[in-house]
This record gives sequence, C-alpha cells and structure tokens, in this order.
Amino acid sequence: MPMDTERTKPLPGDFAIWIFIFAELMVFGVLFIAYAVTRSLHREEFAYYQQFLDRETGALNTLLLITSSYFVVKAVLAIKQDKVQQCVNGLGLALLCGCGFLVAKTLEFSDKFSAGIRLSTNTFYMFYLSLTFFHFMHVILGMVILAAILFKARAGAYNHREHTGVETGASYWHMVDLVWIILFPLVYIIR
Amino acid sequence: MKYQSQLVAKNYFIAAILLFTGQILFGLIMGLQYVVGDFLFPEIPFNVARMVHTNLLIVWLLFAFMGAAYFLVPEESERELYAPWLATLMFWIFLIAGALTVIGYLLFTYSDLAALTRNELFPTMGREFLEQPTITKIGIVIVALAFIFNIGMTVLTGRKTVISLVLLTGLVGLAVFFLFSFYNPDNLVLDKYYWWWVVHLWVEGVWELILGSILAFVLIKVTGVDREVIEKWLYIIIAMTLITGIIGTGHHYFWIGTPDYWQWLGSVFSAMEPIPFFMMTLFAFNMVNKRRREHPNKAAVLWALGTAVMAFLGAGVWGFLHTLAPVNFYTHGTQITAAHGHMAFYGAYVMISLTIISYAMPIMRGRTANGEKAQVLEMWSFWLMTIAMVFITLFLTAAGILQVYLQRFTEDPVPFMVAQQKIEIFYWLREFTGLVFLIGLVLYIYSFFVKEENVAA
Repeated sequence: MPMDTERTKPLPGDFAIWIFIFAELMVFGVLFIAYAVTRSLHREEFAYYQQFLDRETGALNTLLLITSSYFVVKAVLAIKQDKVQQCVNGLGLALLCGCGFLVAKTLEFSDKFSAGIRLSTNTFYMFYLSLTFFHFMHVILGMVILAAILFKARAGAYNHREHTGVETGASYWHMVDLVWIILFPLVYIIR
Repeated sequence: MKYQSQLVAKNYFIAAILLFTGQILFGLIMGLQYVVGDFLFPEIPFNVARMVHTNLLIVWLLFAFMGAAYFLVPEESERELYAPWLATLMFWIFLIAGALTVIGYLLFTYSDLAALTRNELFPTMGREFLEQPTITKIGIVIVALAFIFNIGMTVLTGRKTVISLVLLTGLVGLAVFFLFSFYNPDNLVLDKYYWWWVVHLWVEGVWELILGSILAFVLIKVTGVDREVIEKWLYIIIAMTLITGIIGTGHHYFWIGTPDYWQWLGSVFSAMEPIPFFMMTLFAFNMVNKRRREHPNKAAVLWALGTAVMAFLGAGVWGFLHTLAPVNFYTHGTQITAAHGHMAFYGAYVMISLTIISYAMPIMRGRTANGEKAQVLEMWSFWLMTIAMVFITLFLTAAGILQVYLQRFTEDPVPFMVAQQKIEIFYWLREFTGLVFLIGLVLYIYSFFVKEENVAA
C-alpha cells in the first residue's frame, strides 16, 4: 500500500528542501529576534508607529496565504490519488491567492512609500519594510516553485507513486505561509 | 579528454599558476615591508607591492575561472567549444594586457601611469583592486564579453545542465558587476557604495556560484555520484548564497557614511553567509563518502575536500568573527580584516582553482591522473600551503586582536604606528610562514614536471 511507504518516510518531499527550509527559518528567526530585542529597547517608538500599519490588508493577506496553503494541501492529496487535473487546479488556485497577496502587499508598500516612508525613516519602519519585503521576495520564490510544479504536473510528470516534487514545493510554500503567520502578529498586532 | 577544444584551458591554467607565483612573491616582499619599511624602497614601495599582490590575485583567479569554464563547459554541453580560436586569441590579449599593466605599475609612479594612460578623459583609477588604467579596464570588458559569448553559445546550443547554467549565471554576474568599476561618482560615500559591488559582490555572490558549479563538476567526475543528487545540492547552495550574500554585502557599509539601517541589514544577513559555505562542506564530504568509484586522481579529491573545509573556515568563520556591527565598530579595517581576506581567498577561490587544475591538467596531458610520485608531491604542496595559510591567518588574527585592543579598545589608545610596532612579532611570524607557503607552491609547480613510468592513460 502506498500510504504505508509514505509513513516510513520521515519528512514529506525531498530531504534537500528541508535543509533549505531550516536555513530559511534560521534567517527569519534571527530577524524576528533582532526585531523583538530592538522593540523591547524602543517600546514607545514601536507602539506609536505600529498604529499606522494597515492591519486590514495584513489580515486579508493572512487569509489569502492560509487559503493558498489549503489549496496546496488539496493538490498533494489529489496527486496521491492520480487526480492530475485536481492537482493542477489546486496549484493554480494557490498561485491565484499568491498573486492576490502580492497585489495587496504592493498597494500597501506604495501607500507607505507615497507617505514618504523609507528604510531610513526610523528603526521601526526599517524593520517593517525589510521584514515584509524579504518575505515578499519569498512569496515570489514560492510561487515560482509552485508554477514549475504546476507545469510539470500538467505534463504528467507526477502520479500516486512519484510525487516528491509536489510535496517538496508544498513544503516550501507552507514555510512561506508559516513565516507570515508569525510575522503578521509580531509586526502588525502585538502591542 | 572528451572534446578537443577543452585543450584551450591549458594555457589559461599555466598562466594562472605563473601569476599566482608572482602574487606570492609580491606578498612576501610586502610582508617584509611591514617590518622592514624601506626594503626595496624606492624601487618597489609598499603601495605598489600591495597593488600588484591584490591585482595579480584577481587576475590569476579570472584566468583560472576562464580555464575552468573552457574545460568543463564542452563536457557538460556535450559539444565542442563554440569558437576555440576566440578563446585562444582572448587568452593572449588578456595575458599581454595584464602583463603590460603590472609592468606599468612597477615602472611608473602611479600618477605618471594615470597621466600616460589619459585617466583624465574617463577617470576610473585610484581605487583599491580597481587600480587598473581605464584602457585596461576596457580590455577586461572586451575579454569578458568575448569569453561569455563563447561559453554562452556553447551552453545554449548544447546540452543544458544545472552545472553549466549556474556557472554561466555566475560568469554573467561577474561581468555585470565589473561594470561598476567605470562608475566613479564625486561623492566619496556613493563611490564607496558602488565600489563594494565589484569585488565584494563577486566574492560573496556570483563567484560562489562559480565555485559551487566547479566543485559540483569535479565531484561528479571523481565520485561517480548521480548528477541528480549533486545538482540538487547545488540548487540549495546557490539559493542560500544569493539570499544571504547580496544584502549581506551591506556589512561593508558600516561607518562609511551610509544610512544606519545597513548596520542591521548587513549584520543579520552577513551573519548567515556561513550557511551556504557550511552546506558546501556537508555536500563535498557526503558525496565523497557516497562515492561509487575510486578515482585515481587522489590529489584532486583532496583539493576538493580542502576547498569545502577552508572556504567555510576562511569565508564563513573568519568572516563571521567581525561581521556584526558592534564588533566591527572596533575591528573595521584592522589586521582582523587581513586575516579573513587571506584565508577566505585562499580557502574558497584559490583552492577551487587548484582543484579544477589538479583534475583537468593530467587529462589535458593525456592521462586520467598523474603517477603516484607526482600526486604525493602535490599532496605535500596541498598540506604545506594550507597549513601555512592557517598559520598566516592565526598570526594576523593575533596581530589584529592586539591592534584593536591597543589602538581602539583600551582606556588610553596608542596611535596607529605605535600599535604597529608593538605587533611586529606577528608580522615576522607571518613572513616566515609565508616562506613555507612559497615552498609549498614550488613543490606544487615541481609536481607537474615529475617524470614517471606506468602512468594510467
């Protein structure tokens, strides 16, 4: 039974992606710690500028990323049952959510830029801009990976026996999602 | 050798080793000038020796990278080089232009050289590593364009592999970033800002792609491990390199007039730069442990493993040592920097060059590997040079720590020259270790001339 062999594998997807995910989480982890330490040193400044952040867009983006992860899960489950078209659809919908995230984020950035906010405005905005932009780049990278898998899936490269690629991409995408789930409350909400 | 045109690499490798020798000799001259200030003055002043030492390093590494590309790209692309004649022509142009430039440095005072080459028409001279007259810089661009055209056409019309595409990306990046050497704004901060983009986005960005692809190529050849596995590692390594290295180069922007946020961005991202180097170490040892064949070229395997270890130590560990802004506040531009520079360049880029030369030269000379005598000699040279470099680094680190303390950290700091005098002993130790390095290099060169019978064809 294929499910049993699945379970004996310690991690879904290619092992190499987990090294990469680990390294990525380390980078974000260090950035989050740096943010937390600096915030504890400049509590008032951070609390003051935080109220100008666009929490509604942030919440919408959280919703979009979680939904996209749901579609990615659907895609993985579909390919395990040889439902190629469902897998492609799932990946496509996930990509659509990713696009939504990028659009919302771009609007948010342009709003901040037009208000004259730059990296050098103050320490809070420095962290806000670099953390969110760095994550933004990861969403793009994740979407490139998902798109590559989508095209391979459509070409019939995956089936119920061989779908490591789908799981690999899904794992990376969940990482991108997870980072946002920490980043959003950390920078936008926690007061 | 699978393709006849791979042979064009031979000249590049020979020139690289000759220029490497020149670099070491000037390093020794300069090392002595640290303690005997007027040694060879006024013929070769310190600033000239330093310029020749660093410029030769860059130029010989470029020769080695070009040689590596000309050797491995036909094999990866499964076709002859697009234009072997162009590769040979560019070799001579590059060599003659390089030699003329070094002769120019040695024969003329720098300002006369600037006047002679009409620097005032398009001023680009006078910056560290980019001291070359504008005309030489233009020559470098022409050579680089012809080289990338040649390699690019070979890659694009042949079999495309991850290795050749990563290599091509690295080489294009190398050429693109060099263009910043032509941008010379009046504002000194802006000038410095872009200046870092040339050599330093090379060494912690695109050159790492070149390093990774050469290492992957040699590992495929000497271990017989599946290409698929090796390529996967290469992907992850280069992704991590670019994620950390591009912003990480911001650690050069501390205290030179750039905005404060660089202290954060530079510290955090550059602190992660050891990760891809550590992955390279894991990668190399894993592949060699999983090897499916015993390649007769033991020396090449040793160089490959050595690269992985020394690059991590020199670039990774010694870089991390002084990369965080609060630490760098004290160590900026001291002998700590020199220590890191020496081991990083040797461990990463010198050793990967010697790796591919060690692998490719016997093949271009008609055998899979050198005979035992030559290989034993080469391995001796590996250990002599590598251990010497470890000690050069340790002595410079000791000198640096003392310098930081005396000159910047203590309650009553002493002036620069007083501090220099107090750390003299380490400069002497470094100079003697440099001589050991030279012995290693001489042995290395001698290993090419060992005559042997019974060499596997």
